[in-house]
Amino acid sequence: MDDQLDIRSAIKDTLPTVFGYIGIGLAFGVVGKASGLSTFIVVLTSLITYAGSAQFVLVGMLGAHSPMLTIIFSVFLVNSRMILMSTTVARYFKQESLLKNILVGSLLTDETFALSMSKVNKTNGRLNFEWFNTSNLIAYSTWAVASFVGALLGNMISNPEKFGLDFALVAMFIGLLYLQLISDKSLNFNLQLIMVLITLVLVYLGLIFIPSNVTILVVTIIACTIGVILKHVYF
Amino acid sequence: MSTFSFVLITIIGSGVVTWLSRIMPFWILRKIKLSPRVIEFLSFVPIVIMSALWFENLFHQHLGHLPSIDMENFLASVPTVISAIISKSLLVVVIVGVISLAVVRFIM
Repeated sequence: MDDQLDIRSAIKDTLPTVFGYIGIGLAFGVVGKASGLSTFIVVLTSLITYAGSAQFVLVGMLGAHSPMLTIIFSVFLVNSRMILMSTTVARYFKQESLLKNILVGSLLTDETFALSMSKVNKTNGRLNFEWFNTSNLIAYSTWAVASFVGALLGNMISNPEKFGLDFALVAMFIGLLYLQLISDKSLNFNLQLIMVLITLVLVYLGLIFIPSNVTILVVTIIACTIGVILKHVYF
Repeated sequence: MSTFSFVLITIIGSGVVTWLSRIMPFWILRKIKLSPRVIEFLSFVPIVIMSALWFENLFHQHLGHLPSIDMENFLASVPTVISAIISKSLLVVVIVGVISLAVVRFIM
C-alpha cells in the first residue's frame, strides 16, 4: 500500500481483500440455494441488499418464515454499524459532490471501510472518490459473481468451510488491524493496544447478553466511549 | 420458502434500510459540523470495529452463558498474527490465514 490514490493503486490495494469476498460470497450462494432460494434471488440479494453477514440473517429468517418487518428490522440492526463507518468516512469527502458522496456511501462495506482507514494512514489523511469508488466496485462485483458461482455450485458443495476460505475475511481483519496499529499516528500506540484488549473483553462479555448480530454495534459504541475517556484521563 | 413476491419485497426492503444506513451520514454531514468530542469518538471506530470483527469469530455464543472458544479460528489466528507482524502485507496475511485454518481443520 502506497500514498497514491489513483485507480491503479486502488486495484492493487483491494486485491488481497478479494479473497475474503470470494470465500464468503461462495458460501452465501451455497447457503442461499440450500435454503430454497433460486439462483436469481441469491444474486439479487447480493446486488440489492449487499450486506455480508446480514444476508445470511436474511436468508435464515426467510427460511424460518419470519414476518417481513421483523426480517427487515433485523437486517437494519445488523447493518446499523454502517452508520458509524459512514460517519467516519464522510469527513474525508466533504469537498466532493453530493452524488459522489452517495456513490461512495452506497457501496461502503466493513472491508472497504477498514481498507480505507488503513489507506488514510499512508496518504496523510487524504481519500478521494477515484480510489474509494474503484475499491467499492471491485468488492461489489466480486461479491455478486462469487454468490452467483456459489449458487450454481449449490448442491455440489455441501461444506464450503472445508477449504479454510471462510477464514480469509477474519485474516483480512487481523492484517488490517495490525497495519492500523503500526501506522495510525493520530492515536497513541499504547492506547490503541489497550483499546484492542478492551474490545476483546467487551466482545466476550457482550456475547453473554447481546445477540451476536448486534454485539459489534453495542461493543463499538461502548469501547469508543471508553476510548475517549481514557484519552482524556491518561494520555 | 415463501412466495416470490414476499421474498423480493423483503430483499428490497432490507436493501433500502441498509442503503439509508450507508448514505445518510454522508448527506447529513454536509449540513452539520461534528463537535470535536464526536470526532474524537469516531477516531476510535476503525481500531475497535476491526478488533471486534476479529474477536467475534473467536467465540461461539450461548446467550445467558459464557461464550465458548472457537478453537479452530483461535489456533489459525496465531500464525496469521505472526505473519502480519513479519510481512506487513495484507495479501500474505490472508493467504497464511486460509492455509492455517485448512491445516488446523486437517489436524483436528
